[in-house]
Amino acid sequence: MSRRYSAFSLFANALNYNRKWPRVWRNPEPKASYDAIIVGGGGHGLATAYYLAKEHGYRNIAVLEKGWIGGGNTGRNTTIVRSNYLWTEASLLYEKSMKLWEGLSADLNYNVMFSQRGVYNLGHSLQDMRDIERRVAANQLNGIDAQVVSRQQLTKAIPGLNTAATARYPILGASLQPRAGVARHDAVAWGYARAADALGVDIIQQCEVTGFDMQAGQIRGVRTSRGDIAANKVAVVVAGHASVLAGYAGFRLPLESHPLQAFVSEPLKPVLDTVVMSNAVHGYISQSDKGELVVGAGIDSYIGYGQRGSFQTIEHALQAIIELFPAFSRVRMLRMWGGIVDVSPDACPIIGPTPVKGLYFNCGWGTGGFKATPGSGWVLAHTMAHDQAHELNAPFKLERFASGALIDEHGAAAVAH
Amino acid sequence: MLLIKCPWCGSRAETEFSCGGEADISRPVEPASLSDEAWADYLFMRKNTRGWHRELWNHSQGCRQWFVVERNTVTYQVAGSSKLVSPATPTLQDNESRAD
Repeated sequence: MSRRYSAFSLFANALNYNRKWPRVWRNPEPKASYDAIIVGGGGHGLATAYYLAKEHGYRNIAVLEKGWIGGGNTGRNTTIVRSNYLWTEASLLYEKSMKLWEGLSADLNYNVMFSQRGVYNLGHSLQDMRDIERRVAANQLNGIDAQVVSRQQLTKAIPGLNTAATARYPILGASLQPRAGVARHDAVAWGYARAADALGVDIIQQCEVTGFDMQAGQIRGVRTSRGDIAANKVAVVVAGHASVLAGYAGFRLPLESHPLQAFVSEPLKPVLDTVVMSNAVHGYISQSDKGELVVGAGIDSYIGYGQRGSFQTIEHALQAIIELFPAFSRVRMLRMWGGIVDVSPDACPIIGPTPVKGLYFNCGWGTGGFKATPGSGWVLAHTMAHDQAHELNAPFKLERFASGALIDEHGAAAVAH
Repeated sequence: MLLIKCPWCGSRAETEFSCGGEADISRPVEPASLSDEAWADYLFMRKNTRGWHRELWNHSQGCRQWFVVERNTVTYQVAGSSKLVSPATPTLQDNESRAD
């Protein structure tokens, strides 16, 4: 179907004035039954379908998406990719993702514009610096690149950053993960969709799941706005709406859905060639390839499914950015948007089986799911194929909330969630 | 920004308040005899309602009273507020969260 992209295909299509490019993926009608159904056509869902087809030989798979693929949180984030988490369980999962990111464009034959420009996490107090040193040491023990950088090094590396000792929240140093960076979020969804489609996965958009067909505690299929579809394995990868779908299956999740906002400025000349995050003043910023400053805000404190948040949250984030980069005070913001993030009590995801046999949930990524897209899909595909969690996602089971084996990444993960 | 009515102080801007999450969750009477699952259910499991939602708010920058607000989690429309009838346990969430 979709032909391989290469320098030659670019050249050949240019000769045709680019009028003969084939469709990137099909638009099939849903079949009556599938071997596996993925609910949710965001990055995580599409990655799950792709790895289920590629690594585990499944061919009869459907991805059901109620809107359009990549139209949810995949297209509503600040595209930061890093793996410098504190706890071993989390850092190994995110590092698996990082390794997949590093080969992703070649693997998918689609340029996801993964740019390893480094991520700095600033420290503004002695306690911040102690936490940074601890996290960097933990990262190094887990084989993840991380280093502590001084204020002098920061001044040299990031000219616009206000490292003056007279700042309201003076910057004392930072951690740096050189392999971290950003990726083009839409391209991630499109690349996975195209590669999954080429392996026979049916991507069905405008198809909302409205219920589950269950018999004697086993999943038999899903009810959708386009009719019932049978399957003995169903994975739900729907981020903010995970609790709503869990309700259809008759159980509750330890999640709260909150609005999370981000915004971009008018395009500027290159001014920031890395990613800067600050936990203490609560802001993070990078510059896109188009020249826009990409700024992420925090979540609103209340439950919200509205894909928009409060103005004071935007103001709070911009105060932080101006504190860090006084020169940006006159930059005008161009667009803003909100997503719905499903926040778990320990700021870690829930990936694995549920009380219903054959029904798997992948949720609770909260505010940091984009970076995990490849690894999340990879471990969920393994879990579905073997009906057993991979060792990387075994600690992230739903039962941890009863056993008490929480993986507390609140604040410890370089940034407060 | 939401306009929230404190039952004691009247309508004020959202920034004066802290959101305490789902209302009507009662602390178990005998925690010691509770199973781990029942305890986890009380501590962590939430309805996370899409639609009309009863939730706790605290007038933290004002009179510091806890009360119940009925609010739509899709349209963010606030229907009204009421005083707590029976003591429920507020669980103030960390509302300084970030994304990346």
